[in-house]
Amino acid sequence: MSLRDQSMLEFVRDSAGEASRSVQLDRRDFLKVLGGGLLVCLTHSTARTQESGRIFGGHELPKDVSAWLHIAADGQVNVFTGKVEVGQNIRTSLAQQVAEELRVPFASITMVMGDTDLTPWDMGTFGSRTTPTMGPQLRAVAAAARETLVQMAAQRWQVDAATLTAADGKVTDPKKARSFTYGELTRGQKLVKLISGEERLTPATEWKIAGTAVPKVNGRDFVTGAHKYPSDMVLPEMRFGAVLRPEGFNATLASLDTSAAEALNGVQVVRDGDFIGVVALDAYTAQHALSAIQAQWNVPAQPSNEGLYEYLKNSPETGDDGGPQHVTGSVAQAMASADLKLENQYTVAYIAHAPLEPRAAVATWADGRLTVWTGTQRPFGVRDELMQEFRLSAAQVRVIQPDMGSGYGGKHTGEAAIEAARLSKAVGKPVKVVWTRQEEFTWAYFRPAGLIEIKAGIKRDGTVVAWEHHNYNSGPADIGTPYAVANQLIQYHPANSPLRQGSYRGLAATANNFARESHMDELAHAAGMDPLEFRLKNIADLRLRAVVQAAQDKFGWGRMKSSPERGFGIACGTDKGGYVATCAEVQIDPASRKVRIRRIVEAWESGAIVNPDGLRNQVMGAIVQSIGGALFEQILFANGRILNPHFAQYRLPRFSDTPQIEVVLLDRKDLPSAGAGETGIIGLAPAVANAIFAATGTRLRSMPMTPVHNGQEKSSVQFQS
Amino acid sequence: MAEFILDVNGAQLHVNAPADESLLSVLRNRLNLTGTKYGCGEGQCGACTVLLDGRATRSCLVAVSSAVNTKIFTIEGLEQNGKLSAVQQAFLDEGAFQCGYCTPGMILSATSLLHRTHNPTEEQIVEAMNGNLCRCGTYPRIVAAVKRAARLMPAKGASR
Ligand code: FES
Ligand code: FES
Repeated sequence: MSLRDQSMLEFVRDSAGEASRSVQLDRRDFLKVLGGGLLVCLTHSTARTQESGRIFGGHELPKDVSAWLHIAADGQVNVFTGKVEVGQNIRTSLAQQVAEELRVPFASITMVMGDTDLTPWDMGTFGSRTTPTMGPQLRAVAAAARETLVQMAAQRWQVDAATLTAADGKVTDPKKARSFTYGELTRGQKLVKLISGEERLTPATEWKIAGTAVPKVNGRDFVTGAHKYPSDMVLPEMRFGAVLRPEGFNATLASLDTSAAEALNGVQVVRDGDFIGVVALDAYTAQHALSAIQAQWNVPAQPSNEGLYEYLKNSPETGDDGGPQHVTGSVAQAMASADLKLENQYTVAYIAHAPLEPRAAVATWADGRLTVWTGTQRPFGVRDELMQEFRLSAAQVRVIQPDMGSGYGGKHTGEAAIEAARLSKAVGKPVKVVWTRQEEFTWAYFRPAGLIEIKAGIKRDGTVVAWEHHNYNSGPADIGTPYAVANQLIQYHPANSPLRQGSYRGLAATANNFARESHMDELAHAAGMDPLEFRLKNIADLRLRAVVQAAQDKFGWGRMKSSPERGFGIACGTDKGGYVATCAEVQIDPASRKVRIRRIVEAWESGAIVNPDGLRNQVMGAIVQSIGGALFEQILFANGRILNPHFAQYRLPRFSDTPQIEVVLLDRKDLPSAGAGETGIIGLAPAVANAIFAATGTRLRSMPMTPVHNGQEKSSVQFQS
Repeated sequence: MAEFILDVNGAQLHVNAPADESLLSVLRNRLNLTGTKYGCGEGQCGACTVLLDGRATRSCLVAVSSAVNTKIFTIEGLEQNGKLSAVQQAFLDEGAFQCGYCTPGMILSATSLLHRTHNPTEEQIVEAMNGNLCRCGTYPRIVAAVKRAARLMPAKGASR
């Protein structure tokens, strides 16, 4: 298995792994999913499409056009997909692609998303998979529908279909100057047509709707407050629930007294094993009742963030095969003959997703059927969790995902959905559960912490000849070097994490790229070469070279030399089909060692651009978000407790932390579109660390760069906002 | 529980609530005005921002009892006769959101700022808005939207 496959494996493992008690996919199933399943959407060969019945752990992607798309008599088009909108703008970009292939005005498309009753099964929205997989899938569906509509018109007119054209929601017979609207052809009936996989898709060079900056479809609802997020859902007779949390992880209940809570007006206490929750007529009383419960917990001693990295290195996941390993040539021999050798350790702390909308769900039971509105990136995964938890069949559970207050990989699981469903079942009314910020910081899961060790050797001319990279716990995503290095040994070492960990925007690509690009920078300086020239010397991949050069041009790299007050740094990388190069300028006060990021230039390429405005927004957002993990975000914990579960203690990037940002987009209309929600996050941390080194000679090898140890910020610099 | 009369978006609304319940909770959970968001409940994120007598205020930190006798404006009250306010329009035009969860709070903070300072500098915008978090990282577009709104806004009489 190649390293790329491994990193794709990781996103499935991360996500489904969280829900492994309910989603019964083992590693081999994941491989099947990845080896065959997703390819069905990517490929256009009939043979592959026909395999689809055996994949997705029994979930077959429907081949009927009507499962994906419906054209009403008035020409309105409903498109069905299990993907979900979390701010990454796929509600718009997918609609653009359908409008393009179907040849209808953009405004006639409505995307129906993330509803397990209405949409085809979907694994989930993560891993930057929507654009490269769901995009082509829906394009094929729309093209098949268009072909069918042309056939229908040809039949009605008794002419050769090849003489007809489809455009603007109509099939036209140019010879006779007559036309049918799509609605007249379907009369609202289902289109009977199977996707063959042979559909001719419109090349990006001919796109008229896709490829343009269509504004967010329902943008107006977001500026008026009309959009209903999961936490905004209200049902008649709805009650408010809250759940009692243990004092720490792995705690056991020692004693419980709920009498004071039960005495409150309208309050019901629900106990089911170790689950203790309350239901009240209003949210205020629910919280009040929760705090009236007297509970004592025994919390076992557990590791803390002090000494974490040694712990991770010394706690291999038991029974694991040691993780993926990639070997080419001989690192040992190449190191022996290298002119210059360098070895270093890099660390990355646990961080939180901190979506501004915490987990939320509204559940209701009627006639033995459970319906839950919840914020999740995996509505079908949450349905599976609910089926398992309440012993229901798929037909008895419906999960609906209203466009939510984002997730960044943090909402793959269904905790709030299960809690709301349990409480609702107990009291016989619809129940809403909204996690508090503290709950979200404590009882969700984290981006894995990790230790990365790199050893490398170069020749006098700057050629990297040996590269050894070990990642303990943080993950295998993007662990392989994009540089042309003859001798490599690359290994991911899964560890027993003291904290619950899972998926995160970009996964371990951020950590691996930080370590790799910092190390490349160290090598460049050690060799006395310009860091950008050093990189170009070792890059064979033309797409990577192109983004480095685009960033170089825009930034004006080399025009100014770093000084003690001002540093310039560069980093680049590629993951999940996206190519990125980031240049950073930092300003430093040499007396106080206060650092400020002044300017970021990021060049980005991910194939043909579907929506340049949405893409720019994603790349810019990824850059801003990455400031936190790079400079100051860090979960502090001890003995099963999170020590900084509030925004006042866990610093997120704010307006004042945001530098001048310039995003350069390269549009490769000759290449398939890749996802772009994640990889933009990997460039900033190493670029900033490299810029700080260029100015000060101080090398920061940890993320965040201002780590806290023993309650003290332990860093030679301070980041100013 | 006591009865309160709140002046919300120009309407007198009667509500029964404990005196110390937060205005945020009352708006969302009793008056079903869910455009105002919960992000932290601790005054740290700005998602819950409303206007109290024209000033951006964290509704999670205000007890309902102390919101009586003030003019409360929420995101639902900015649109007039189907026309977006200048700030709303500017956010839409700049595409200054991703998931949009921070947007109501951002718009109200910006509205309050522009009320006091007609043509704010970039530093003034950053200072006034720094209590509002956008985890999606759309800050540069939000700054651009505030500047655009300043240009869109009539010089006088921008009452909301
Ligand atoms: S919810 Fe009020 S400031 Fe965060
Ligand atoms: S747009 Fe998502 S939090 Fe601001």
